[in-house]
Amino acid sequence: MGAGSQTSGRGRRLRRYGRKAAALIASVALTFLGLLFVTFLIGRVVPIDPVLAAVGDRAPAEVYERVRIELGLHLPLYQQFLIYIGKVLQGDLGRSVLTANAVTTDILRVFPATLELATVATLFGVLLGIPTGVLAAVHQGRWPDQVLRVVGLFGYSVPVFWLGLMGLLLFYGRLDWVPGPGRLDVFYEGLLPAKTGVILIDSALAGEWGIFRNALAHIVLPAAILGYYSLAYISRMTRSFMLEQLNQEYITTARVKGVSERSVIWRHALGNVSIPLVTVIALSYGNLLEGSVLTETVFAWPGLGFYLTQSLLSADMNAVLGGTIVVGTVFIGINMLSDALYRLMDPRAR
Amino acid sequence: METLLDVRNLRVTFRTQKETVEAVRGVSFSMGREKLGIVGESGSGKSVTCRSLLGLIRPPGRVAADHLLFDGLDLLQIDSRRMQHIRGRRIAMVMQDPKYSLNPVMTVGEQIAEAYRIHARASRPEARRKTIEMLEAVRIRHPDQVYDAYPHQVSGGMGQRIMIAMMLIPGPDLLIADEPTSALDVTVQLQLLAILDDLVQERGMGLVFISHDLNLVASFCDRIIIMYAGRIMEICEARDLHKARHPYTRGLLHCLPRLDTPPGELPVLQRDPAWEEGTP
Amino acid sequence: MTTPPADSIPEGRWPGLRRWLMSTSPGSRRQARLGRAYLAWLSFMENRLAVVGLAIILLLITTAALAPFIAPYPPNSPDLSERLTPMSGAHWLGTDELGRDILSRIIFGSRLTLYVIVLVAIIAAPVGLLIGTVAGYAGGWLDAVLMRITDIFLAFPKLILALAFVSALGPGIENAIIAIAITSWPPYARIARAETITIRNADFIKAARLQGAGPTRLVWGHIVPLCLSSLIVRVTLDMAGIILTAAGLGFLGLGAQPPLPEWGAMISSGRKYMLDQWWVAAMPGIAIFVVSLGFNLLGDGLRDVLDPKAEGR
Repeated sequence: MGAGSQTSGRGRRLRRYGRKAAALIASVALTFLGLLFVTFLIGRVVPIDPVLAAVGDRAPAEVYERVRIELGLHLPLYQQFLIYIGKVLQGDLGRSVLTANAVTTDILRVFPATLELATVATLFGVLLGIPTGVLAAVHQGRWPDQVLRVVGLFGYSVPVFWLGLMGLLLFYGRLDWVPGPGRLDVFYEGLLPAKTGVILIDSALAGEWGIFRNALAHIVLPAAILGYYSLAYISRMTRSFMLEQLNQEYITTARVKGVSERSVIWRHALGNVSIPLVTVIALSYGNLLEGSVLTETVFAWPGLGFYLTQSLLSADMNAVLGGTIVVGTVFIGINMLSDALYRLMDPRAR
Repeated sequence: METLLDVRNLRVTFRTQKETVEAVRGVSFSMGREKLGIVGESGSGKSVTCRSLLGLIRPPGRVAADHLLFDGLDLLQIDSRRMQHIRGRRIAMVMQDPKYSLNPVMTVGEQIAEAYRIHARASRPEARRKTIEMLEAVRIRHPDQVYDAYPHQVSGGMGQRIMIAMMLIPGPDLLIADEPTSALDVTVQLQLLAILDDLVQERGMGLVFISHDLNLVASFCDRIIIMYAGRIMEICEARDLHKARHPYTRGLLHCLPRLDTPPGELPVLQRDPAWEEGTP
Repeated sequence: MTTPPADSIPEGRWPGLRRWLMSTSPGSRRQARLGRAYLAWLSFMENRLAVVGLAIILLLITTAALAPFIAPYPPNSPDLSERLTPMSGAHWLGTDELGRDILSRIIFGSRLTLYVIVLVAIIAAPVGLLIGTVAGYAGGWLDAVLMRITDIFLAFPKLILALAFVSALGPGIENAIIAIAITSWPPYARIARAETITIRNADFIKAARLQGAGPTRLVWGHIVPLCLSSLIVRVTLDMAGIILTAAGLGFLGLGAQPPLPEWGAMISSGRKYMLDQWWVAAMPGIAIFVVSLGFNLLGDGLRDVLDPKAEGR
């Protein structure tokens, strides 16, 4: 903290940040490469006939031949891998057997739906999960804590697709509180020009509040089901972090200063809890991407998960692997983001 | 000297499923605006005594006493809102290790300013100004730089001075210092004590100084309380410590190493179980 | 041999055995080990929920073992005249779309569940343990490489990677098991590595090395046993997730193929009739829930006993 040459200190710090950033990027790139390698193996090495897997068993002979040469199966394996990497980096994930479109095009079309669902579900999990976790920690051992324990246990034990079905049975079949599967009523489909692909955003931007309300009604149940798992996880971790913080000496200091108990909990303790909590939320978001595969199937939600399962059932290898790469990449991206956020938020890590 | 604090028959018990621990068993003392030292081993109840004054003992701990009079107010009888007002504003506490007792994600200045603003409805700029003043009062150089620093960026000695600044800024009448120098290097200890002494003197405050270091307390404080197993063994003037009569105190004094007449082999304190039962 | 004071020994039918187990200065290593295990067992039994979990798992095992004897009907005898009947005296949980008794199918399905769990655990846990301990002990570039591989597998969401594998290998219960096992080992590797790194600098390891123990003996004989307790806790807690993933694959038609009574597949076939004959889809889900819950409770209980510092996931 002394005086001294400011510029050299700053220059040194910048170089240190630069090196750290470079190391981080290298690490991420390596993991991404590993991801591609695994999908490459699954696509080329595991099936008995990779060309058949890529074109489907109903393809005519010319298509088979063309793809066989395209895939470069006559080349040594490492060269095939390099070609593969090159293609992926250019955004070419192959052609879908089912739709005959480029897989990338298909995925770009369906991905926003999953994004919308996962985001609303995570919001649900965060907005409800953090306060309940805090309350459980503050009233440790008493009924809020017990309730949380039960909620958490259920969240780790109930299959998401089954919960979705039961939810549909109750809220759609019996109570008629929510509309049926899909993102919008058939009536509204195709009415809205897709700008971002996220219906809630597009309809709000266009001022189409009827469509917005309908989309909201459709997303409520799947997001709540998916969000329940997020809630269970986030609240449990919040409770755990809170308990740890409330035992620290600085909390006593705050109380001694005369800080109100409410401020002690929600400002001092939660302020410290929020740092590891960011990582938890990011992880939860990643988990929801995975959970959406099954939820979308149950609710006929036309997102990436639904796309994956449909492709799977039609043995559309390119589509499945393409989807895997996209989800894996998003996962890696989320982890990187949460790491960066952690560094930003924790003064000790800067 | 007017009485600032009068404790009569304080008892603190911790009741868990497995056992009941009596941390403090009938402690009585009073003090004015002076420097009172409380000395004892780990587990003697010295910290718990002082924390119960601030209402910091939470269940399963239970505090009971005939009375806990602070400036005429019985701290046991008031409700939690009034207790919250008293904390910081009238009684404050400095703890042992600033590495743990400062909030790691708030800047030092924010934490001190918060202490000020809770009790003195001031604006942010004014609180900042007061904070810088206080940092200067504890002899921190470059207070505006330190204001924006985080606790992990300051040394132990500076951290304790920050704690003192934070606790003294609302202007309390009584300061409890719970082993404030135990985590510091010896050289830094004396500096800190000097600062504490000056501030307490010029503000006319009472100071309770908790320590396990008998020599340190004897040189720094006016009066000394010796505690063992939740009870007070002896209360005496600091300058009369060598004339202490209780066998426990004498035993402690005997065990202290001395440079002038080295005893050859340092004696080990022989504990008399009667001390636990409590000899009046 | 000294014994604890008489009033602290619990009452029981074998007071001699109990006294021997709880002795504070055991005469042999075996006595010490058994004594510790006994104390851990007592502590575990104090946790009622954990005992419930254990009971559920034991129920699962017995049901699977005795399936042919306790199921009221064979799992695979369609009777179209009885299709989609609700819960009744003849069929406690109703019948499905082919007239098969749901209760019997669930009972036989428990065998498939057990099959999946056991095989996944047998494959994934030792692999993870091996990779983790080797990485932790060796350090250096081997550690870096192994951890990079672990990170790559962790970068895939489990279900999605399992989907990709099954798509390449084809549907079927064995392929599903392989796919799930491949995605399950990374956390075990992580745990084993963390524990190994903590332990490898301990003095007793250095002492053993001074006595001439080679790396294999050190890892296998000293480090692995110490990793076991946290690994067992983690494996048990993961079981619930494995069951859910397997059920998910079954629901998507990628696990056990019909007519095998796999619980996830049963839910999938019951989906069409969800709104009116809801029991076809609901009952297998409840079975999945109960078994997962059992593993979670058991795992929580084991963690409290074996590895209390690993709170929160």
